[in-house]
Amino acid sequence: MAEYTIKVRRFQPESGEGPYWEQFEVDLDPSLSVLDGLLQAKDKEDGSLAVRCSCRAAICGSCGMKVNGQSTLGCKTQIGEAQEQADKMVGATGVSAAVADSPIRGEGSDLGSAGNPIVIEPMGNMPVIKDLITDMESTHWTKIRRVTPWLLPHGEPPEREYVVDPESMIDITQSMACIQCGACVSSCLSMEADPDFIGPAALAKAYRFVGDPRDAETQERLHDLAEDPHGIYDCTHCFSCIDACPKGVAPMDQIMRLRRKAGEEGIEDPNAGHAHEMAFVKVIEKKGLLDEALLVQESYAPGVKGKLKPSKRGLTETIKSLPTILRPLRKRKVKLRQAIPGLHHGLPKDEMNDVKSIYKHAEEHNEEFNLYIKGEEGELAEDDVEKGIERSTEPAGQEADSGQ
Amino acid sequence: MPSHDVLVIGAGLAGQRAALAAAEEGVSVGIISKVHPVRSHSNAAQGGINAALNPGDSWESHAFDTIKGSDYLGDQDAVEVMTREAPEEILHLEHLGVTFHRNEEGKLGTRAFGGASAARTYYVADITGQAIMHVLYEQLMKYSEQIARYEEWFCSSLALDENGECCGVVTRNVADGQMELFTAKSVILCTGGNGQVWRPTTNALICTGDGIAMAYRAGAKLMDMEMIQYHPTTLAGKGFLITEGARGEGAHLLNANGERFMEKYAPNKMELASRDVVSRAEQTEINEGRGFPDGTVALDITVVPKKRVHEALREIVLVGRDFAGVDITREPIHIKPGNHYTMGGVKTDIDGRTDIPGLYSAGETACVSVHGGNRLGANSLLDTLIFGKRSGRDAAARAKRNDYTRPSKKVLEDEENLIADLMSREKGSGRRISEIKLELGQTMDGKVAVFRDEAGIQEALEIVKRLKEEAKTAYIDDHGSVFNQDLIAAIELGYMLDNAECTCVAALERKESRGAQYRTDYPERNDEEWLKHIDLERTDEGPELSYSEVTITQWEPQERTY
Repeated sequence: MAEYTIKVRRFQPESGEGPYWEQFEVDLDPSLSVLDGLLQAKDKEDGSLAVRCSCRAAICGSCGMKVNGQSTLGCKTQIGEAQEQADKMVGATGVSAAVADSPIRGEGSDLGSAGNPIVIEPMGNMPVIKDLITDMESTHWTKIRRVTPWLLPHGEPPEREYVVDPESMIDITQSMACIQCGACVSSCLSMEADPDFIGPAALAKAYRFVGDPRDAETQERLHDLAEDPHGIYDCTHCFSCIDACPKGVAPMDQIMRLRRKAGEEGIEDPNAGHAHEMAFVKVIEKKGLLDEALLVQESYAPGVKGKLKPSKRGLTETIKSLPTILRPLRKRKVKLRQAIPGLHHGLPKDEMNDVKSIYKHAEEHNEEFNLYIKGEEGELAEDDVEKGIERSTEPAGQEADSGQ
Repeated sequence: MPSHDVLVIGAGLAGQRAALAAAEEGVSVGIISKVHPVRSHSNAAQGGINAALNPGDSWESHAFDTIKGSDYLGDQDAVEVMTREAPEEILHLEHLGVTFHRNEEGKLGTRAFGGASAARTYYVADITGQAIMHVLYEQLMKYSEQIARYEEWFCSSLALDENGECCGVVTRNVADGQMELFTAKSVILCTGGNGQVWRPTTNALICTGDGIAMAYRAGAKLMDMEMIQYHPTTLAGKGFLITEGARGEGAHLLNANGERFMEKYAPNKMELASRDVVSRAEQTEINEGRGFPDGTVALDITVVPKKRVHEALREIVLVGRDFAGVDITREPIHIKPGNHYTMGGVKTDIDGRTDIPGLYSAGETACVSVHGGNRLGANSLLDTLIFGKRSGRDAAARAKRNDYTRPSKKVLEDEENLIADLMSREKGSGRRISEIKLELGQTMDGKVAVFRDEAGIQEALEIVKRLKEEAKTAYIDDHGSVFNQDLIAAIELGYMLDNAECTCVAALERKESRGAQYRTDYPERNDEEWLKHIDLERTDEGPELSYSEVTITQWEPQERTY
């Protein structure tokens, strides 16, 4: 058992007062959760402290909240760890700058030497209803419904099951693992800038259908999500959702998969992201070094065909990029030969062989790194090799057990 | 006054399946849930769902395993219905989009589970319940025009008309405290089990036996309330569940001496014997001093290949890491039997009909009974879906035949008065709700658990009666309307106390050992006197006992060994 001070951002809508901070002293084992701490305060001190919770085991997704500024599940965060985290933070008188001046109530406001309090706030990017309870309906669920969140198969179902690639089911099980807790939405920086962004949870849900071989509307879904200005290209790749997700869904990865699939569908990316990626691969494969002028050209007007018959967009984007190169030219930061596509030198031949072997390796190992399947540690592969050996030496024993 | 032909209370698997089935019949449906539907506890069913769908398997084999698992207390007509309809239901779910595990040919693949004579458990990693429930919720969103969702509405009592038929329910919108009397031609209770009556439990905080208590108070019969399952593998202290799938994948149980003790108790099925058998074996090891000092034995998952663990038991890897600080792929994890499942509940027929016309029940709330004295792993999801579907259909058919009747407004007034009374109690006027809950949970876990005897159960019953009195003066802190969780907890406490009283009375009455009811003072199964259900009906003096026959179709009771 250990004593902790939790500092909770409270809001009682019927009091007529604004939000405030309240500190509670709780006493529990460090291995118990922040939610356990909150429930102890609620049970023993103030039953009006509002927090959604149910399973206590990170499966129901009720208790999304911010602990020391990080969006997470209260039940999944051990209070001992939360304390260590709080102690590392400087001046922990409230994490959100915007609300740091709210009044503080409760015991132990002058703790000082006992360490920083654990700061608990409602989730972000959602209106607060009461204390830690947010309005998920108007934000999270509305966005989920935006992506047509149900399977749209073609025609009548088969007599038995749909026969599909076993890997494809495991692949989308990663997004099926989402428990709709909203932690990713709470942490999403793009949504802070653009509240209309469909967002990490809903887009991960969309991938669950796009990646499902049983769904017949994949193309329509991809066009829909790509053409919406608040869709898949609105993500800024900041990784916050991956950090926040308590279930390893890695919503940003699902968004990137959607983008890749959109590229494969020939959908034009307003950021030219896919073409840019391909151009990058091509330029390095050819030269081993980055010819930035060529990169621009290849991104917008790829290949011979692109140059002979450039698209309207290719022309405008290339012309638009000209000032970017003119400025460093004028300041002599770039030499003229570097500014003309194709003139940039490449690596010597022997070094190019190394580059080629990297490409060869990549092509031979062309598989997606899916954290959900592969686990978190790199050594997994080795371990399995060992296990495989162990198992192959004792199958007789194993069978004897089950056959008895 | 919102009205729906069919009103479903509870939105876990049984409730959602019932709502969808009723909507398919073309009636208007409302589904009410005290939490957002995807928060429902069906989420926690990890391991899978049973069906005899593989070539070479048969529904008869599945039925026999279920009946043997039930210690012959399951009603065999109901078990037949469930096992016969199982394959079709699995395919239906697959067609809706459940991402079931596939074998190498891309067809549905299975895993082994306890008490089963064939590998017939279909699964999605170890998130099967969650995966199915989220897919059903997708369907609820799809059919939102036919099915009105009342998310975060709490039900506090059933309304009967002058003929004693169920015609509505009193509800409270949790978000703003508004009280409403909903009317309906049929009401289906799917509010889950009552695990919170015990502490610790694998059950979520919401599992407070609401539907069981509401039906009981309205006059419906409860059945087999003494049959409470203790799951063999739960984390000590916290009560978190480690799926039976772990043992299905080959994990061993070891005592503190490193012995695979199941050899002594179930030499054939070993770790995959029925849950009651494994839980008793573990508790015996612990009681006789062969457990660890923290009152546990060990579950060794390291014998399962690591890749397989990550693929099929990923949730357990997370549970071990986050809640016990153990990497289960490298070391054994300490576990013990823990409260898990309510086999008993509201007595229904195979179409979910209770004793009260117009009132239905399905899932863990109901007792059809397919699980009898002990439920097999991966049969609970199946139960929710099959009987959810059947009650949805029958409730819709009833709604088509009948007109709305008008419930008396009195039921709403009664609830409002009760709430006003709760709100008016001054701080310190009695005990805190949370204190009473804790005492109740510890009492039940101490005295009405894996091993029971008359003195213990009697003591528990006395405590429950005292707590019922204390609840009458217990106070709450929150006097507001918006998300008043304090008030809801006080009403839930009432539900829990009714559930506890019924369990104690039934456990005291059944003077034999069968399934989950093990009486150390009556250690044998006694078919001659006790091959029957115990039914309970509410009176002002407490539950009144009666008996009903166990339906036997083709499987005569035999000695049960694994």
